[in-house]
Amino acid sequence: MTDRLKVERKRILDTNTLILLGVLLAVVLIINFLANDYVKTIANLCGIYVTLGLSMQLINGFTGLFSLGHAGFMAIGAYTVALLTITPENKAMNFFLEPIVPFLENVQWSLLPALLMGGIIAAIFGFLIGAPVLRLTDDYLAIATLGFAEIIRVIFTNTQSLTNGALGLKAIPKYSSILWSWIVAFITILFMIFLMEGSYGKAFKSIKEDEIAARSMGINLFKHKVMSFTFSSFLAGIAGGLMAIHLGTIDPNMFRITLTFNIILIMVLGGIGNINGTVISAVVVTAAMEILRFLDSSINLGFIKIPGIPGMRMVIFSIILMLVVIIRKDRLLKEN
Amino acid sequence: MLKIDNVTMKFGGVIAANKFNANIKKGQIVGLIGPNGAGKTTIFNVVTGVYKPTEGRVIFNAGDKEHIISGKRPDEIAKLGICRTFQNIRLFKDMSVLDNVFVANHLRIKSNVFSSILRTPGYRKEEKEMLEKSLYLLDRVGLLKERNEKANSLPYGKQRRLEIARALATDPKLLLLDEPAAGMNPQESSELMEFILNIKDEFDLTVFLIEHHMDVVMGICEEIFVLDHGELIAQGDPEAIQNNQRVIEAYLGVE
Ligand SMILES: Nc1ncnc2c1ncn2[C@@H]1O[C@H](COP(=O)(O)OP(=O)(O)OP(=O)(O)O)[C@@H](O)[C@H]1O
Ligand SMILES: [Mg+2]
Repeated sequence: MTDRLKVERKRILDTNTLILLGVLLAVVLIINFLANDYVKTIANLCGIYVTLGLSMQLINGFTGLFSLGHAGFMAIGAYTVALLTITPENKAMNFFLEPIVPFLENVQWSLLPALLMGGIIAAIFGFLIGAPVLRLTDDYLAIATLGFAEIIRVIFTNTQSLTNGALGLKAIPKYSSILWSWIVAFITILFMIFLMEGSYGKAFKSIKEDEIAARSMGINLFKHKVMSFTFSSFLAGIAGGLMAIHLGTIDPNMFRITLTFNIILIMVLGGIGNINGTVISAVVVTAAMEILRFLDSSINLGFIKIPGIPGMRMVIFSIILMLVVIIRKDRLLKEN
Repeated sequence: MLKIDNVTMKFGGVIAANKFNANIKKGQIVGLIGPNGAGKTTIFNVVTGVYKPTEGRVIFNAGDKEHIISGKRPDEIAKLGICRTFQNIRLFKDMSVLDNVFVANHLRIKSNVFSSILRTPGYRKEEKEMLEKSLYLLDRVGLLKERNEKANSLPYGKQRRLEIARALATDPKLLLLDEPAAGMNPQESSELMEFILNIKDEFDLTVFLIEHHMDVVMGICEEIFVLDHGELIAQGDPEAIQNNQRVIEAYLGVE
């Protein structure tokens, strides 16, 4: 083999990614040790949304499948983690209307296995929904996943002895040092980069680019789509679990479609198929959402008092988003 | 090697192919010609599993055993060793030239997805072989320099060559080329003929090609099938086809 045909050593992590990871690591550590609780809460959420944004990017930005089920998978992850980590005494306190099912009554796992279990159960659901839908055509995936997310919410509202119904679950142990969210976020970033640089990730991309060509080149569409969807569900489940331990309290109504839309916004702003962009946009969007929260409460400027308008935050936020989309539309449309 | 047995393909009322029969032997270069809309691409789509024939069967035998491939999925058929190029180029536009070829190696990968993420030694070895093969094929079609460019930034002629390199990466035994010389000048199409003959020998291929450039078809095909309105109107060696009255009429549009 001549020299010019030698395989160049490939760097999986390019310079930009290394810089981004380094900066994030430094900022997270500084916040973890020095910042106040308010800043920590925001940083924590940012980490969770990084995972969520990348999970959406995997299925949608890289594989070209439109899924709207993230809120449902997060709910599954969140409830799994909650039910596995709440102490037996607190469970008894939570389930005062109807006692909890016996097999969960005395379980108390530590966080890591509980989180993994949350991801695995979400992945199993992902597989069970994805397999039949994706075998036919993925046109129905959006509808099926949207329906799934709503059904999960209704089921969780009504299975009193399993989920405590509309009352939700309280006293979820707050492991929430921001380190947990960010360890998961960093692992997810690396997972995504290594997945997409490998042969399987490139197969996902080829499916997104041209299904007919991809399958004519021997790529099993069904297998790869289900794989991508299952991974994506797994990540959403883990993120849901992190959300549960972050908030300490969950109820079915948290997991509405608006949650999924936030994640889609993060993906779109980050750039379809752009990992670094998604990480940045997850941090910026999440932080902005929290910082703009003051808009909902009354503002006292000393001489004049503006009464709070609930929902103001979302209005302002939507306007900012629209502006960004208009300004950056060429960048958004063709990425990587 | 490939037996197309009484294949009929209907789209609603349109009969794109009617009771088509063909038998292609190992090592042959076989041509498929006919006026626009004759049903040529439809035959390729049936052979590669894009369409399931309304009637008839397609049987493929690469020396191991007989496979009835009509009704199988395109990816299963590709794995058995049939690969194609597309008349209306279908590259993975936003992927690099190298990745276009690299991903066409994926169908034979043995490592699983977790090994690929963890980059285990087994996966790295496989990936290196896949990359080496891709670079070799790119060099073979003269696109080595452009390997890091996006596929859709290439000019048309190079995109056609990239399609051939991509198809070769799947290790086909039977290669189907749908108008490989489209848009080429005489100089380029004679280079293409040379190239097809070379890769046929090098990779031990059987070639089935659709082409409108008669110099290409007559120059390299041992046997030619002529379709018109979905019907097989002639079959034979180049000389017989050139002198066949029905073929001349079909091409001149005489009713
Ligand atoms: N998916 C389809 N649905 C409906 N009609 C189709 C379909 N594919 C092909 N046809 C019809 O079948 C006939 C044959 O088309 P085909 O593409 O096989 O022709 P062709 O010989 O490849 O022509 P060309 O030289 O223009 O490429 C045409 O009338 C076409 O309109
Ligand atoms: Mg055609």
